[in-house]
Amino acid sequence: MSLPRVAQSDNPWFSWQYLENNPDRILGALTEHVSLTGQSVLLAAVLGVPLAIAAYWFRPLTGPILAGAGVLYTIPALAVFAFIAPYLGVGAGTVVIPLVLYALLMIIRNTLTGLVQVPAEVRDAAQGMGYGRLAQLFRIDLPLAVPGILTGLRLATVSTVAMTTIGVVVGHGGLGQLILGGFRNNFFRAEILTGTVLCVALALVLDLLLLAAGRLATPWARRRAAAA
Amino acid sequence: MRQAIVWLNDPLNWTNPGGILDRLGEHVTLSAGAVALGCLVAWPVGVWLGHRGRGGNAIVVLSNLTLAIPVLATLTILPLTAVGFGRPAVIVALAIFAVPPLLATAYTGVREVDPQTRDAAVGMGLSGGQLLRRVELPLAVPYLAAGFRTASVQVVATATLAVFVNGGGLGQIIGAGFGLGMVTGGGQILAGGFLVAVLALLVESGLALAQRALTPRSLLRPRRLTGAST
Repeated sequence: MSLPRVAQSDNPWFSWQYLENNPDRILGALTEHVSLTGQSVLLAAVLGVPLAIAAYWFRPLTGPILAGAGVLYTIPALAVFAFIAPYLGVGAGTVVIPLVLYALLMIIRNTLTGLVQVPAEVRDAAQGMGYGRLAQLFRIDLPLAVPGILTGLRLATVSTVAMTTIGVVVGHGGLGQLILGGFRNNFFRAEILTGTVLCVALALVLDLLLLAAGRLATPWARRRAAAA
Repeated sequence: MRQAIVWLNDPLNWTNPGGILDRLGEHVTLSAGAVALGCLVAWPVGVWLGHRGRGGNAIVVLSNLTLAIPVLATLTILPLTAVGFGRPAVIVALAIFAVPPLLATAYTGVREVDPQTRDAAVGMGLSGGQLLRRVELPLAVPYLAAGFRTASVQVVATATLAVFVNGGGLGQIIGAGFGLGMVTGGGQILAGGFLVAVLALLVESGLALAQRALTPRSLLRPRRLTGAST
């Protein structure tokens, strides 16, 4: 007398029943994940783009800024958690700081690459037309650096989505909460895989959204591609 | 902060079973295993693809995809598959993230060899295998070294996360601290974080020096090689 095969593998990698029974928990984790990632990338951009501009304007600062961001990037995120958790407690804010520090390097480096690639003739022409430093930055340099800034944002977003899961160490890991929760809950495979799949899917969706936003922000690039 | 210094100054915290020295040993073993496994898989494939000049796009897609996979996911999923629980699962989970930088730099290194050099070698009668061994590989060494450095630093940093699946390593110290709670474990958390950060920075700077020593001076001057590709 043998049981049907399904009954033996009681711990499937995917289960509709799990999804149907836990919509609130899954949706909550997803929402927290999106909010943490969004805050981190936004903050990293708000800090990183001005730093890249500073490095662009004052060449001697380029080395120190990139090296500093490199050191912050090298320090493991868990170590950063360890440094700040004793002071800031275990709130959602504690998760954002390591993520910002991690994303900073990608944004600074790519923004700087975008700015440096502005052709010298274009800069000369702008100065010849009487543009001041700020006007040149906002109307010439930054728009032309959009592809670089966007590359940085996309890299930062995709890796931050993956990195946010580490927030489980202080109980705010978004989808990481599902992944580790499933692991600790007697190796509940369906929960682990749901968290993982949603995480990867979120990264891909955000990446495509940013790509589309970049297309909209640089209409000239499309026109040039169509003409060529 | 004081608590952290006190914790670090207690010799028993270093030498006890599961103390700092044990954890450091685990951390280095896990990382070295993962990087070695990554090299074993990625270098032959990358060099071969570079030699044939194919698969560049596939490598880009692969590295973008692995960027999106959380380390936490591979760490928790692998033990539940055929790999089984224990150290091998952690090493494989970490090696997955070492492969893209190793693969990409091996490919670029071989691809970037001056076509004229390649032509000259072929003109001198070198066969495909000889070209690869005597010309392309030696010229790709600086790239291989750069990739090795990027991958190693990344693996040493992510090996901290093995604590989530009780896999050992320095992360275990931080995890134990969080387990004790902020009041009693705060010092230990700080001390663990400090140790991990110092190890990562030491590996980074040590390998940077090694990379410079490995790169022939003639290659160092004309083009600057930057380590990370992110």
